[in-house]
Amino acid sequence: MSIDMSQFHQVFFEESFEGLDSMETGLLELGQGGEDPDLINSIFRAAHSIKGGSGTFGFTAVANFTHVMETLLDEMRDGKREVTTDGVNLLLASVDVVRDMLTAVRDGSSLDEERVGSTQAGLEAMLDSTEEATGTEEGQAKIAPAAGWQIVFKPLPHLMQTGNDPARMFRELAQLGDLETEVDLTELPPLEDLTPEECYLSWKLSLHGEATREQVEEIFEWVDGDCELNINPLQPGSAKNEDTPEIQDEVPEKTKNTQAVSDPAASKNSTTTQKSPARAKSGGDSGSIRVGIEKVDALINMVGELVITQSMLSQIGEDVEEFDQASFERLRDGLQDLERNTRELQESVMRIRMLPISFSFNRFPRLVHDLSSKLGKKVELKLSGEGTELDKTVLEKIGDPLVHLVRNSMDHGIETPDQRVAKGKSETGILHLNAYHQGGNIVIEIEDDGAGFNREKITAKARERGVIGENETLSDEEIDQLIFEPGFSTADEISDMSGRGVGMDVVRRNIIDLGGTVEVTSRPGEGTTFTIRLPLTLAILDGQLVRVGNETYVVPLVSIVESLQIRDEQINTVSGRAQVYKLRDDYIPIINMHDAFSIQERHGEYADGLLVVVEGNGQKAGFVVDDLLGQQQVVIKSLETNYKRVKGVSGATILGDGTVALIVDVAGLIRLSRKKSNSTLRSVA
Amino acid sequence: MEAELDTVNDADGDQFLTFILADEEYGVDILRVQEIKGWGKVTPIPNTPEYIKGVINLRGTIVPIIDLRERFQLETKPYGPTTVVIVLKVVTEERDRIMGIVVDAVSEVYNIAEDELKPPPNFGGVLSVEFIKGLATIDEKMIIALDIDHLLNSDELAVIDTAGGATN
Repeated sequence: MSIDMSQFHQVFFEESFEGLDSMETGLLELGQGGEDPDLINSIFRAAHSIKGGSGTFGFTAVANFTHVMETLLDEMRDGKREVTTDGVNLLLASVDVVRDMLTAVRDGSSLDEERVGSTQAGLEAMLDSTEEATGTEEGQAKIAPAAGWQIVFKPLPHLMQTGNDPARMFRELAQLGDLETEVDLTELPPLEDLTPEECYLSWKLSLHGEATREQVEEIFEWVDGDCELNINPLQPGSAKNEDTPEIQDEVPEKTKNTQAVSDPAASKNSTTTQKSPARAKSGGDSGSIRVGIEKVDALINMVGELVITQSMLSQIGEDVEEFDQASFERLRDGLQDLERNTRELQESVMRIRMLPISFSFNRFPRLVHDLSSKLGKKVELKLSGEGTELDKTVLEKIGDPLVHLVRNSMDHGIETPDQRVAKGKSETGILHLNAYHQGGNIVIEIEDDGAGFNREKITAKARERGVIGENETLSDEEIDQLIFEPGFSTADEISDMSGRGVGMDVVRRNIIDLGGTVEVTSRPGEGTTFTIRLPLTLAILDGQLVRVGNETYVVPLVSIVESLQIRDEQINTVSGRAQVYKLRDDYIPIINMHDAFSIQERHGEYADGLLVVVEGNGQKAGFVVDDLLGQQQVVIKSLETNYKRVKGVSGATILGDGTVALIVDVAGLIRLSRKKSNSTLRSVA
Repeated sequence: MEAELDTVNDADGDQFLTFILADEEYGVDILRVQEIKGWGKVTPIPNTPEYIKGVINLRGTIVPIIDLRERFQLETKPYGPTTVVIVLKVVTEERDRIMGIVVDAVSEVYNIAEDELKPPPNFGGVLSVEFIKGLATIDEKMIIALDIDHLLNSDELAVIDTAGGATN
């Protein structure tokens, strides 16, 4: 009977990634001096589960790699090995490798085998090295022994009940080389007292050959925990056997609580993150979501109320014959209740998709830790408002922009310790990530107390690139905005993480795509603050309904600057085709919606219509519409689900009367109409 | 899993729903027919080919409606009381889509076995035969069996979301 294991893969991957995250958090804490035996234990357990799971599913490479990690962690938790910074860093690197391996297995993507190999070798080297560097020859020999292994194998009595059979294991061992076995019968009871299912024997095995330690250990993997196992290298001159330092007793009397933090400078990172179990699905688009029970309970209650209201309304509907004033009033009340119930239900359901931003913030301690050592800077990361909730999709998409901004801060913003001291600041820079709700938005602030913007440099660079004119002077705010221009960077060198100038405009575009905004303020010499504002949910839009011809369209309220009655005298024509409207001091291009959307020709003069002044991507334009209908919140429905993306349209919605109205993509429409007028201009010319 | 079911049934060539369009009778795999609606108001979408009439609201989903007469470049006929919209499920590589086609009238459901379906003749480029599964004869009538996935999945309709929104 074979079970198709692949249905369980999904769960295995989810749990393993969670386990890796918790290992990472634990290791970071360990690196901070948190020498808590429970902590080491939990890290060990996570590695152990991943090893076991991958073994079960046949992901042998992962299992083997994790096994080495687990051995190292095992020694740490038993106190046989100290927790050193090198060890922690190596384990952190290993966590990354396992992540990559699991992703490669899950997605079928390619894997950097070299990195896997070298990290694994590093782990094994650490396992085999001793604190006092005695017998380094033997240390090397353990990796690739010439003579063989001496194995003392003492199963616990219940071993056979776990389904393991020593004879089978020995048969496999025998395949690795010449095997000599010596059985120890001392524990064997007389026949009357013998329980057949229990194991009373133990063995001393000598395996001669070129098998590696891993191969030997692999055979005994299944009985890990159910036996006592000692594996020692066989020396050619076997008299030395007893003196061979066994790995298990390497680290002598040092107690568990000393931590050899050899390099204080490298790891001065104190984080004030709360110890949230890092269940972050950072970066990956996951198909599942964790929901707190209280949210589900609230939902159930609300649905209950909805059912009550519905049955009340249908009851009123049944008494059609006696429909009098009283029934009418009850109907009205019922409908009001219905409205309230629906609204509460909607809010409640949307809250299910909300996750605390800590899931995104959780990757930053590690990032800051790695970056600060890489850059040679001292940075303290402060996180606040991690409990602020936002929509899951927004959360997943805001991760990368945040990473970029943090990298920027660390790379360009915060100065090296020397520079800081010279300026009279403390050696350690502070990077503060803060999140809170404001209005219908979530606000995320990234603040550093670094050097701030070098405005002269920015202005010079902008002049150099022709972004601004030679003699143009800009206000401070305008200069700050320049960093969002594509290809802009004032970094003198391009480091591998920033300086290519690709980042900030992409960051801003991504945030705008999410319906949000990003602003920056900088105080030279004191620091810089980025403020990101995002809507709490993606699916709902405040819209202005407009009538164009016979069709109704929705213009996002956030894009509307103002609306006004068209006055003929303000219309001017440019090059005979494009028309502009003079609004106070500006000339705003007029977009005829009929033209842009290729609806039938507009009848009548412009003066009959209204001009809706909109702004998209920093550009203003005026839409000519026939009428302004109401404002309402609309639910955004995707056109792409069943059709495809249409230029100038960002989606559709269903109006109260059941008909479909298209939602105007303001920036897209402006672009579209410009293209159209350009092409007509070209054909005229 | 649904896709597998579909292919199994296609192999048997089971039931086809036939409809009339300009005096010709066409058939579609009945398992792809989600529902049949009367013709109603449609919201036009700008800058789309003529045969895409627009979209409708189908119980909360936005569904595009295609006029097959215009798609096949036949003479157009004003919509009458028998004009119906057949809502179909179209299978693409990424996901299933729901689309509707406007036809003159719905006809019958026939069982057409695999071997009864003859391959279409090559019209020599006059008419694209990608979306014709085959021709069958039932009661001395010719039924043109359509391959919905090819018909409603041509380049114009395919969602090639280039650069994920950078084009716009």
